[in-house]
Amino acid sequence: MKQITILSGKGGTGKTTITAAFAVLAKKAVVADCDVDAPDLHMLLHPEIFETREFRGSKIAVIDETKCVKCGVCREKCRFDAITQDFTVDPFSCEGCGVCTLVCPVNAVTLTERISGYAYISKIKYGFMAHALLNPGESNSGKLVTIVRQNAKLLAEKERNNLIIIDGPPGIGCPVIASVTGVDAGLVVTEPTMSGIHDLERTLRLLRHFNVRPFVCVNIYDVNEENANKIFRFCEENGVEVVGNIPFNPVVTEAMVNGKTVMEYSPECDVAKEIKAIWKRLCTELSLR
Amino acid sequence: MIVAVASGKGGTGKTSLAVNLAISIENVQLLDCDVEEPNAHLLLNPKITCQEPVYRLVPSVNELCDYCGKCAAFCQYNAILAVPGKILVFPELCHGCGGCILTCPKKAIGEGKNRIGIIKDGLIDGLRIVFGELEIGEPMAVPLIREVKKRLDKSRNIILDAPPGTSCPMIETVKGSDFCILVTEPTPFGLHDLKITVKVLEDMKIPHGVVVNRAGIGDKKVYEYCRGKGIPILLEIPYQRKIAELYSKGIPFSLKMPEWTDKFQKLFEDVKRLVGN
Repeated sequence: MKQITILSGKGGTGKTTITAAFAVLAKKAVVADCDVDAPDLHMLLHPEIFETREFRGSKIAVIDETKCVKCGVCREKCRFDAITQDFTVDPFSCEGCGVCTLVCPVNAVTLTERISGYAYISKIKYGFMAHALLNPGESNSGKLVTIVRQNAKLLAEKERNNLIIIDGPPGIGCPVIASVTGVDAGLVVTEPTMSGIHDLERTLRLLRHFNVRPFVCVNIYDVNEENANKIFRFCEENGVEVVGNIPFNPVVTEAMVNGKTVMEYSPECDVAKEIKAIWKRLCTELSLR
Repeated sequence: MIVAVASGKGGTGKTSLAVNLAISIENVQLLDCDVEEPNAHLLLNPKITCQEPVYRLVPSVNELCDYCGKCAAFCQYNAILAVPGKILVFPELCHGCGGCILTCPKKAIGEGKNRIGIIKDGLIDGLRIVFGELEIGEPMAVPLIREVKKRLDKSRNIILDAPPGTSCPMIETVKGSDFCILVTEPTPFGLHDLKITVKVLEDMKIPHGVVVNRAGIGDKKVYEYCRGKGIPILLEIPYQRKIAELYSKGIPFSLKMPEWTDKFQKLFEDVKRLVGN
């Protein structure tokens, strides 16, 4: 089984557009949307959910006000400033560590589980999809990403599918790390902007850190060809293969508005052709199919 | 006044807005809280006046340990594992709550420092900027965001540039703000992620308004949604190749298109008025 993660560091560079196009090109694959706090892939692939599971990712402290003597020990020991002046727990600060339950002299604090989100297993036109939705404001997105990836793996094994395509979240923190560990390749989608270049460098370092084979593609490369060339040179110097340059084309947004992947909406446009070429190159490099 | 700039979806133009707003008004401190991928400084090229490494506390177990396993049983994050004759600490899972130290009957646990990143202070034309850079491979952004926010100077107009998403790093950034500007693009992805973000801000009781970036692309549903919800649209920035090109070169567009300075000033006045109400 092969796993490839589409990631970017900087947000909004086109990860989801490309992942959805790959799902169409792969014809039969398991797709995993690991951007669990702002998932968008379902709007292009229209999964039919056949299994939903609650995700209990974190706990929260609850103070029993009938027992609380307002001594303030919990507030003093809490390192997350989660106990308010009137001895309630601020749900946006509490990390569910349980120190307050430990130090409370009258046992007024307990930890309770909270439903932090949902994990879904679905069927799509081009195979299967594992995805999730983290409740707004929740922590522990890395844990939910791990569950999505486990679901994708189980699906792939069950359906005798040898490919998992993962849509990663932006950034380089815990959900991104959870999306790239142990995969066969990471395709970094960048754009020819100063921010794009800066974030590409950090993302490539992250992939190196976790021993993941990197590939790069430059989206909207024609917005600044000088910067696009800088990216090619940088990648060449660092032995990273650039597998394609996708031009700017409003058709990408049009396809999105119509709830379609660019391959379905406009298969003959320059963007679709380039993504197809990128997919071919990746298939060769990774000996897929 | 503390104004956060956020969005659910990445790449909608948070940093561009935060920077253009910051250079259009007086007496500003800009805190770039996207410590995973800080970009505001790339548009400003500030002179770095000071920089400091940031550490996170993680447990270190000494020879007094008798492997009773109470710390491991307590740890909610599975950051300590007790096996016969051995205690293993996984710093990348540790939230630094200090609970293991409190549970240890032998006082065998102390705390060591784990470097998680660096904070830089910069200055350009009277504008102060603070930003953090998370160490590559470090999973937890929140402790570094907290450190960035500790440098908040209340005598100034504060602008916080938030990371994308709606999970803990975004929450940590917008917490305590007087107002949050949500930057979106008028597309289905933009709208979907905007809705999630609005839900977070409603729960947190932070007043908010929307800036529509790349106006003209996509559809009108963002406008319909905002109208229905009574969320003010504070500004529209049209999709223009010139703006995109300036951004690609690392130039805040209001510097080259001075008519925008007035618009950003007006945006700030509008936000002030909304906070005052």
